Amino acid sequence: MCNKVVVVHVPDGFLDVPTSLATGALAAGTVALALRKARTELDDRTAPLAGLTAAFVFAGQMINFPVATGTSGHLIGAVLAAVLVGPWTAVLCMTVVLLVQAVLFADGGLTALGTNVTLMALMAVVIGYGVFRGLSALLPRTRTGLLTATGTAAFLSVPAAALAFVVLFEIGGTVDVPLGTVAAAMTGVHLLIGLGEAAITVAVVGAVLAVRPDLVHGAARLRTATPLAGRPAAVMEGAR
Amino acid sequence: MTRRGRTLWIVGFAAALLVAGVLSWYASGSPDGLEHAADRAGFAQSAEDSATAGSPLADYLVDGAENRLSAGAAGVIGVVVTLALAGGLTLVLRRRATPADRT
Repeated sequence: MCNKVVVVHVPDGFLDVPTSLATGALAAGTVALALRKARTELDDRTAPLAGLTAAFVFAGQMINFPVATGTSGHLIGAVLAAVLVGPWTAVLCMTVVLLVQAVLFADGGLTALGTNVTLMALMAVVIGYGVFRGLSALLPRTRTGLLTATGTAAFLSVPAAALAFVVLFEIGGTVDVPLGTVAAAMTGVHLLIGLGEAAITVAVVGAVLAVRPDLVHGAARLRTATPLAGRPAAVMEGAR
Repeated sequence: MTRRGRTLWIVGFAAALLVAGVLSWYASGSPDGLEHAADRAGFAQSAEDSATAGSPLADYLVDGAENRLSAGAAGVIGVVVTLALAGGLTLVLRRRATPADRT
């Protein structure tokens, strides 16, 4: 048996040069902003976890899981990173993963790097973390509430990134394919992949939450909960 | 890092190495969602080889050798390089605690 790892991000050639330049500029601007903003999320305690999160996302993306006959999907990891280490740091973690994959592993084109960063480090983080924050505000400040918000955000981040690709392909695709055809082909399979994304993300965030809730960026609201809400014992213990 | 922080970090690092170095071999080899969609919608043929297609680690294999050792080594190298780059970056960016903060 030989299972070559497939992963597969956007290759060179799918999008024309102007579109690739535009996503490249957008990606560069996003990363520049994230380099400044991530400082607020990183301190002596959280910085080591941030590096590890990027390494874990790289590893997680290598696991293509079957989603339908003859099709597979893999983790993006944007919500995983954003909930664990914060959205700005997540942008940097995702960008490092995509850079390493494009340069060392020839996965995702070099001219498509800006596109891949736009889709997975920008769109998936913005939509995913936005959904996470919105749901967190509505749901109870408990472990279950937090994981429900995390799972839903992870699930939606995948079709969000897929639809962002559809939009980019409509603008600058090198082959003339009707929008509806691309959208139909992308959406169904990426909804299924989103379920895998949610399962992996909830499992990993849940595991870290169980041992070190104080290190989970997205769990800050659990820590400020009143002693009567949530799981005070776990929160107190987690505070070391 | 506190002792429990270190334990979590070591367990996480070991998990990443296990996933990339061992479990990745058993991952599905079917085309992924994007490839599948590109096939169905009819634009798959517009993909071009990356300028790095000749990299010794291309396709997550060492020198293209399709075996467990090569795939595992490629995964481990990827985890270590990603950790070094992202970890180095976040360590440089972090707000450092002043000695007075360390109680």
